[in-house]
Amino acid sequence: MPLTPVITEHWDDPELFTIDGYRRHGGYQALRTALGMEPDSIIGMVKDSGLRGRGGAGFPTGMKWSFVPQNDGKPHYLVVNADESEPGACKDVPMMMANPHSLVEGVIIASYAIRANHAFIYIRGEVPEAIRRVWRAVHEAREAGLLGTNIQGSGFNLEIVVHSGAGAYICGEETALLNSLEGLRGQPRLKPPFPATHGLYASPTVVNNVETIVNIPFIVERGVEWFRKFGTEKSPGFKVFAVSGHVNNPGIFEAPLGITMRELLDYAGGIRTGHQLKFWLPGGSSVPMLTPDHLDTPLTYEDMAAAGTMLGTGTPMLFDETVSVVKAVTRWLEFYKHESCGKCTPCREGTYWITGVLKKFEHGEGTAAEVDTLQNLCGQIMGRSFCALGDAAATPYPSALKYFREEFEAAQRTSVDAQYPPEAAYVFSGAMAR
Amino acid sequence: MTVTSNSGAHTAGTDVAPVTDLITVTIDDVTIQVPKGTLVIRAAEQLGIEVPRFCDHPLLDPVAACRACLIEVEGMPKPQPACAQTLNDGMVVRTQQSSDVARLAQEGVMEFLLLNHPLDCPVCDKGGECPLQNQAMSIGRPESRFEGDKRTFDKPVSISAQVLLDRERCVSCARCTRFAEQIAGDPFIELLERGAHQIVGTAPDVPFDSYFSGNTVQICPVGALTSASYRFKSRPFDLVSTPTTCEHCASGCSMRTDYRRGVVTRRLAWENADVNEDWNCDKGRFAFPYLTEGRLTTPLVRENGELRPASWPEALTVAARGLAAARGNAGVLVGGRVTMEDAYAYARFARVVLGTDSIDFRSRLNSDEEAQFLAASVAGTPVSVSYDNLESAPIVLLVGFEPEDESPIVFLRLRKASRRGTRVVSISSVATVGLTKVNGRLLGTRPGDEARALTSLPEDVRSLLSQPGAVIMVGERLAGAAGALSAAVQVAQSTGARLAWVPRRAGERGALDAGALAGLLPGGRPLEDETAKAQVMALWGVDALPAKGMSGDALMSAAANGHVDALVVAGVDPDDYANPQAARAAIYGAGFVVSLENHHSMVTEAADVVLPVAVVTEKSGTFLNWEGRPRPFAQVLRDALMMSDVRVLGMLSDELGVQAPMDVADVRRELGTLGPWSGARNAAPTVAASASGEGVVLATWRQLLDDGVMQQGEPHLAATARPTVARMSAATASTAGVTDSVRVHSAHGSITVSVEIGDVVDGVVWLPQLSPDCHVARDLSATAGTSVVITAGGAA
Repeated sequence: MPLTPVITEHWDDPELFTIDGYRRHGGYQALRTALGMEPDSIIGMVKDSGLRGRGGAGFPTGMKWSFVPQNDGKPHYLVVNADESEPGACKDVPMMMANPHSLVEGVIIASYAIRANHAFIYIRGEVPEAIRRVWRAVHEAREAGLLGTNIQGSGFNLEIVVHSGAGAYICGEETALLNSLEGLRGQPRLKPPFPATHGLYASPTVVNNVETIVNIPFIVERGVEWFRKFGTEKSPGFKVFAVSGHVNNPGIFEAPLGITMRELLDYAGGIRTGHQLKFWLPGGSSVPMLTPDHLDTPLTYEDMAAAGTMLGTGTPMLFDETVSVVKAVTRWLEFYKHESCGKCTPCREGTYWITGVLKKFEHGEGTAAEVDTLQNLCGQIMGRSFCALGDAAATPYPSALKYFREEFEAAQRTSVDAQYPPEAAYVFSGAMAR
Repeated sequence: MTVTSNSGAHTAGTDVAPVTDLITVTIDDVTIQVPKGTLVIRAAEQLGIEVPRFCDHPLLDPVAACRACLIEVEGMPKPQPACAQTLNDGMVVRTQQSSDVARLAQEGVMEFLLLNHPLDCPVCDKGGECPLQNQAMSIGRPESRFEGDKRTFDKPVSISAQVLLDRERCVSCARCTRFAEQIAGDPFIELLERGAHQIVGTAPDVPFDSYFSGNTVQICPVGALTSASYRFKSRPFDLVSTPTTCEHCASGCSMRTDYRRGVVTRRLAWENADVNEDWNCDKGRFAFPYLTEGRLTTPLVRENGELRPASWPEALTVAARGLAAARGNAGVLVGGRVTMEDAYAYARFARVVLGTDSIDFRSRLNSDEEAQFLAASVAGTPVSVSYDNLESAPIVLLVGFEPEDESPIVFLRLRKASRRGTRVVSISSVATVGLTKVNGRLLGTRPGDEARALTSLPEDVRSLLSQPGAVIMVGERLAGAAGALSAAVQVAQSTGARLAWVPRRAGERGALDAGALAGLLPGGRPLEDETAKAQVMALWGVDALPAKGMSGDALMSAAANGHVDALVVAGVDPDDYANPQAARAAIYGAGFVVSLENHHSMVTEAADVVLPVAVVTEKSGTFLNWEGRPRPFAQVLRDALMMSDVRVLGMLSDELGVQAPMDVADVRRELGTLGPWSGARNAAPTVAASASGEGVVLATWRQLLDDGVMQQGEPHLAATARPTVARMSAATASTAGVTDSVRVHSAHGSITVSVEIGDVVDGVVWLPQLSPDCHVARDLSATAGTSVVITAGGAA
């Protein structure tokens, strides 16, 4: 399957991040089209396109927009979730670096559709470069009359606020993000009520991922039929895949949904020369892992679900035979323990406990009983925590055990560093030298 | 003690669904009807099914954080928190009693909760009444599989002088932080950090000095929050517990009083959906050492100018002799601590034994206008404004009344009401933090100008007052603003708003209804009314009642001038009066003084006979709260030897040859026979509006926590009191050249305190009435509305 650069088409233009650069490639034409349409017909288009959320959950975007009650007398808000923090995910930040105006244009169109006069872009605090680029793009758009009052004579008003996060993974959870945006403690809110009716400042709010929003101008400008030419019936469109790990040519590859990992791996130059693929994750550390047996499974929401995992953020991480699964799982759990917000018991205490036991395995001190205990503890978190962070934390171990039980047995006798010398897994020569 | 389950009374009060909208649901195969929107956990309670819970509290918004209450809902893929899951028609729910999914989920959460908990139950105050302990026993695994290291924290941490935090025991249920934010409006504690390191904490240098902080200790479902007052004092199973009523103010809170070996160890708020819900204030909770410390233990009689201990027979004989000589020309002063039954005994004793109608329960600022107002509009009336009425009121107009300081449970209800849309408007001179917390609006008024403010209300306020359910609440200090109570009655009549009088002391409303005021017989009966008089004479078995006597200033000055032959004084501190010099002169001026008292006081010093009487824990009785709702309570200390005022007055009557009630039961029988007055009432006062004093005038009231005698002996509580500061506007301060501290001068003296610039009406300086280094009555002999002079204070 060929690559289909749509979102990434002009990323090689070093001036793309400026408004002039963006306009040279047809930027802001979709906005003009959109402002000539009825808001409801834009929502209808997005619904018909079948676009699904690119943040990980894959919820149909048009449906989400249609949940916003209209003529309710309350202000509406669009919030862009640009808090890309998932281990392995690196697509939204490059998007904001390379083409921030496509995000701004998408925000204006989406806000127009849901009748929001205030939009917020909540960007991960650790990427000040991206924050500056988006902030500059918003500034340029305002100077160009694309934001503010009566945008392009349409009577539509919009202000965009670019907000920096402060370093919490949980703030990528949409309700925690809203709390953080309101200046409250970044912990998830009870649902229902859902953000569509009681979101930011208890008003109807749509929260969308950066990539989701960036799709909007293309759908508006080129049409539903064009969009649906890409991908499958249930996963229409194209996806920005960010491939990382033990591949010769890691990077960003835009292709229709339904491309296989084997094809993407080819584009990425194959697994490190002289090594073999051991396991891979299609979309961040929060989805179950797969093996070389799954390389020909199409990367769609439905096929990944059928394979027992999730497309997630669509940012595959690949690991070769030099990597200890035990160690990888331990690192991920250390991450979730560190990022658990503390609100609910299973996630707060469960990640604390599991991490401690995994560290024993890492040191070759696990026990047979603990292999089962860990499985049981993950079961005590999965589906019982307050938000998806707990579920994510309970994901790596069971999938690792499913495919690599023998490694957890070996780790009852020998430390993983003895089994898998860390140097062997390093991909950079400088690190090798160390 | 933590409330782990609550009756349906709460459900009705907090779930907003109208009872008509019933749905049918099935829980553990039992089908019941509940109002639509009922939470699973509340419906399960109605069936007697106890789902484990920690973060859930019926009066706090659901948070679903602890996950202890996970249950199975048919058709839902994951277990759901019973505390946040609302019921829909036809829903089928399975709890741990009929679902392995629910049981295993609950067991898992319980195991997680104990992971980092120190399990130090044998040395924990909560051990024996701990929801974590109890629920771990009922739903937890027999043994933990956790073998790692528990996280540790420095402990205990004083989050206030009174409340101590053990972070290792905390299960992050957030009941305390949610209480502080949602109920008290004092969000001084918050969760900090994240994950397993999440802790409850305060901002640096801002302690948890909330008037309601003790409630967090009570609702903490583990031993993480303890009080300095009770810490390590007792095991819960060694305590004897009695339901009681708080004696500290007119809110009328239900409490539970616990004692061990004859000493009260702690007091808790006790559930009363009609009054205090599940809460009380820190004064009610912690101010009880006075019950034990410094008590009078034997009668005293004066001999050769000195008081000496005496036997009861001797003391009664001496007292009776002195009082017999004064018959027909005596007076009775009754303070705010007395129960309704005690007050009735005084009212009866005055008229029948002493042959006088000169009695007054108002040991504070008072006026004839107030007496007339109370007789016309309050005494003996049924409950006309209730706590629940506050919640549904479109507007509550406060006049000369600061709820947070003077009736804290009224404040909590107003806060709850204001969060649901009730508008609170205050005629006062200070926009206090309490007013901010009820989202209130100040109608800035100089003390003394309240009557004029009432007659010139803004149109929007007047129009809200005309809506059904509107309420006007007047406080005790309106007695000092001539015309204010007259104007309040007039506004109530013209708008249809209901009027409530909120005294500060617990005993006042009961004393009023018991007839402890000149011209007013029990049940609100006017002395001038022949029918009323006849009813009382029949009950008391007398042929005549004394003519209308003196009250207030008239009685005090008569006594001071030597025109009163004897005074019987109970629960009175001269410094509580507007003019302490006059009060002291009255007591020293009376020919013969009998003091019935708990503790040594200025009055016992001056008395000829001192008769020790019981405190609230040593007797039963009733307080009428501000609503007029009887708040009866039982005797706590079973073996107490002290006699109640009723009993002592009964013995004294006996000594004087008059039969009188000897115990609370006798009094209740008589009051029950008499009932409230249903005949014509005296007219409400129509006193002309006064004008506030010239120049800078004083505004003052008593803060909740101050130098009151019933708060003595509790340094931890005292340390959470608000600092002693004078409040004034920036303009007032700059006109007077005042910066950091101010010296407030009256004709009598001066007080120097620190200054806090705030939203205060220009030309007004506010002082706490009885706070450390600021005893306004004693040092200034001034009241709200008195003209004062302010100058720069120098070193405060």
